[in-house]
Amino acid sequence: MSVTAPNAEALYLKLREAVQAWLAAQPDPAHLVGIASGGAWLARRLQTDLGLPGEPGVISSVMHRDDFAQRGLAAAAMQTKLPFEVSDARVLLVDDVLYTGRTIRAVLNELFDYGRPASVALAVLVDRGGRELPVCADLCAAQLSVPAQQVLQLQRQENGQFVMTLQDAS
Amino acid sequence: MPSHNPQLNRHGELVHLLSIEGLGRDHLTHILDTASQFVSVNDRDVKKVPLLRGKSVFNLFFENSTRTRTTFEIAAARLSADVINLDISRSSTSKGESLLDTMDNLTAMAADVFVVRHAASGAPYLMAQHVPPHVHVVNAGDGRHAHPTQALLDMYTIRHFKGDWSNLTVAIVGDVLHSRVARSNIHALTTLGCAEVRVVGPRTLVPPSLAPMGVRVCHTLREGLEGADVVMALRLQNERMNGALIPSAQEFFKRFGLTEARLAWAKPDAIVMHPGPINRGVEIDSAVADGERAVILSQVTFGIAVRMAVMSIVAGHDGARA
Amino acid sequence: MKTLIHGGRVLCPASGLDQVADVALADGQVLAVGQVPSGFTPDQQLNASGAWVLPGLIDLCARLREPGQEHEGMLESELAAAVCGGVTRLVCPPDTDPVLDEPGLVDMLRFRAAQLRLAHVHPQGALTRGLQGQALTEMAELSESGCVGFGQAEHALRDTLVLQRAMQYAATYGFTVWLRAQDAWLGGGVAASGPLATRMGLSGVPVVAEVIALHTITELMRVTGARVHVCRLSSAAGVELVRQAKAQGLPLTCDISVHNLHLCDHDLGYFDSRAHLQPPLRQASDREALANALADGTVDALVSDHNPLDANAKHLPFAESEPGATAIELLLPLAVKWAQAHNVPLTHALARVTTGPAAVLGGTLPALAGSLQPGAPAHVCVCRPSQQATVVGAHLRSQGKFTPFEGAALPVQVVATWVDGHLAFDDTQH
Repeated sequence: MSVTAPNAEALYLKLREAVQAWLAAQPDPAHLVGIASGGAWLARRLQTDLGLPGEPGVISSVMHRDDFAQRGLAAAAMQTKLPFEVSDARVLLVDDVLYTGRTIRAVLNELFDYGRPASVALAVLVDRGGRELPVCADLCAAQLSVPAQQVLQLQRQENGQFVMTLQDAS
Repeated sequence: MPSHNPQLNRHGELVHLLSIEGLGRDHLTHILDTASQFVSVNDRDVKKVPLLRGKSVFNLFFENSTRTRTTFEIAAARLSADVINLDISRSSTSKGESLLDTMDNLTAMAADVFVVRHAASGAPYLMAQHVPPHVHVVNAGDGRHAHPTQALLDMYTIRHFKGDWSNLTVAIVGDVLHSRVARSNIHALTTLGCAEVRVVGPRTLVPPSLAPMGVRVCHTLREGLEGADVVMALRLQNERMNGALIPSAQEFFKRFGLTEARLAWAKPDAIVMHPGPINRGVEIDSAVADGERAVILSQVTFGIAVRMAVMSIVAGHDGARA
Repeated sequence: MKTLIHGGRVLCPASGLDQVADVALADGQVLAVGQVPSGFTPDQQLNASGAWVLPGLIDLCARLREPGQEHEGMLESELAAAVCGGVTRLVCPPDTDPVLDEPGLVDMLRFRAAQLRLAHVHPQGALTRGLQGQALTEMAELSESGCVGFGQAEHALRDTLVLQRAMQYAATYGFTVWLRAQDAWLGGGVAASGPLATRMGLSGVPVVAEVIALHTITELMRVTGARVHVCRLSSAAGVELVRQAKAQGLPLTCDISVHNLHLCDHDLGYFDSRAHLQPPLRQASDREALANALADGTVDALVSDHNPLDANAKHLPFAESEPGATAIELLLPLAVKWAQAHNVPLTHALARVTTGPAAVLGGTLPALAGSLQPGAPAHVCVCRPSQQATVVGAHLRSQGKFTPFEGAALPVQVVATWVDGHLAFDDTQH
């Protein structure tokens, strides 16, 4: 059975609705932090669309990945930049695809290098299952089953539109 | 004798850093790009990432140098590595233990990275050929031959302040003949496509035989500095006076020392660099060293990030390279 | 012992012979080359069909490191290595420990070598006591003990007054003074001056160090009348000066090493200490000039410059390692390799390792030494052309395993060597 890539724009609208509701329910303002690179694009669009003040944070998993010994240092498209005081902050991590959970683990370690947040929640566009660590998303626009040998990724076109791609792992 | 560059494994990945020679533009750019990731680590509260956690970095300095050794120590510590400093002058090597025996003993103690500074040109190559596959050698300066991490941090500094190399004129002033910093910088600049590299100094310290390295040899400071975008001053060592190469530090300063007035020959926005430690009043005067065009302290900061980049690049992939 | 070597291609530079012929040895001498007497009944025979038969080689520079710097059994291993390479006579420099400046030391060395019945050792004596460059040695006495000449090895004589007097004294007896043309002050580097040494950060020996020394030597020859053999030239400028000196009739001879003949500065590779040599490996243009000078006779002899160093001396950073390489087993194949690469006729090329060195040694050798003619001492080498032989340091007979020729292809392999009619090396079963 082949899986086709989902409609990213439609999923984004769903996610935005969920994030808006979640933010409204928080006792204090939360900070969006996008995981490089797909999550960072999502966070940027969310920040603008939801009229949130300032810039979203960007966080990179590169420094804390658990596959350094196998693959060396990953190329970093974006570096961590958190324009707020992390200690005691309420953080909403945003990512495109949740899979094994290892990226989230690395990102949490990176975040905690900057301070002790009050709470951390996770919003993802797609949860494709296949978890290898005890991680779950608080907000999720779609749950999809994707064969292990395929890679599901978010791309951003020149006009800013989101597209999801499904490719065989090389 | 290996017929391939001993710094690269058969996949073309950097496993030792011995010299800028033999590294193409892509390798150099990759190291600089990686370094830029590490610059931000130094600004965090927790100035540490776990990339080399559990690895042992041994600083083997056969030539004294507190400052270089310290920056390597800091860089390794920020990568969460265990750092061991070997004071060779007091160790068994001075009792006649050979260089290779010293290394074998340390390897048996599970060393992963050797950072080596040695007075003999080529010593790190001997070491790199001798160590087992999972051990990496980083050259912190060998004789007159190379100081690759210094050249990389110098390139990082230039890129930071000046952007792209293809329009730059760089002048290296001082004792180029005896300088490993100069050699590595010349290789890096020519590989990265620098428009013109000039070496400047008296004929005894800047002989015409340097020209085949791809530099323009200048024997007056004016000719060397005219329109330069970057001026690199090299340290002048006392031994040069004893070896009948120059008569005195004073005469050197009078003819080749960097002063505000002479810097006017360079471009108005030219930057001034120095690998340190500075000899004030010999190669550079205080007004220039402390002035706004000097980027010497930036070099030091970038030096830590560059060395973090180098160590994480050579020591990465070890799990895959069985 | 009567030996018959039959059906081989006999190459004798002295007589110009290059043809298939039988060679008969008897009573330690060459009995016949071709035209073997019909009643000749050999005790020992070798079928040399497809092989070459040459006079045993004469190597004008090979270190045995005895007395003093030797490992266990080194005299034996190095002289065995010599005959493995078809070398039956070698000259060793005087820089042993103690220095060869006393007749007793020379007698002892020759006695011990003679007992081994391998290659003959012809010692070079020290020109000054202890090679210190001050007091003269008893050259006449040393000559009686078997010294073929007098020199300073690598210890350049800085004091030109002493050098002049030493040459003057040697000239009294017609002794040859053997000198390295390298100025003491300018010659302190570890590599050849030039773009490569500059790039590698290695101290350089400029060509001018050789040129200045040659001028000093030739001028002193003019005023003293001394006969001089210049050891191991390295540069184009150097051989040109020798060419001019010979044209002016000066009694000057010279040699070059197999290393400077075949290699150049690029062979230093990544600071490979096997290529750390004195004189250093110079540029390709110098190598070319040396090859031409060897072909046209400006250079009289090709030497191995053998130095059997061990790992303690070589497994060190370049400048800290000892200069030198193991080479005596490679002299013949490398001479042939040069001949084939430069289209030099074989007998002409082989003269550089037989009659050329014999002429340098002059009356110190028996008559007809270095030739395969009736009446010559029975020093013979039989070798086979080879397609597969390569240099493997670890497999050499010498205790020295370090050579910059590691892995190089060799065009011939020695299969047997006779010294004074005795089969000193026998690889015929292989």
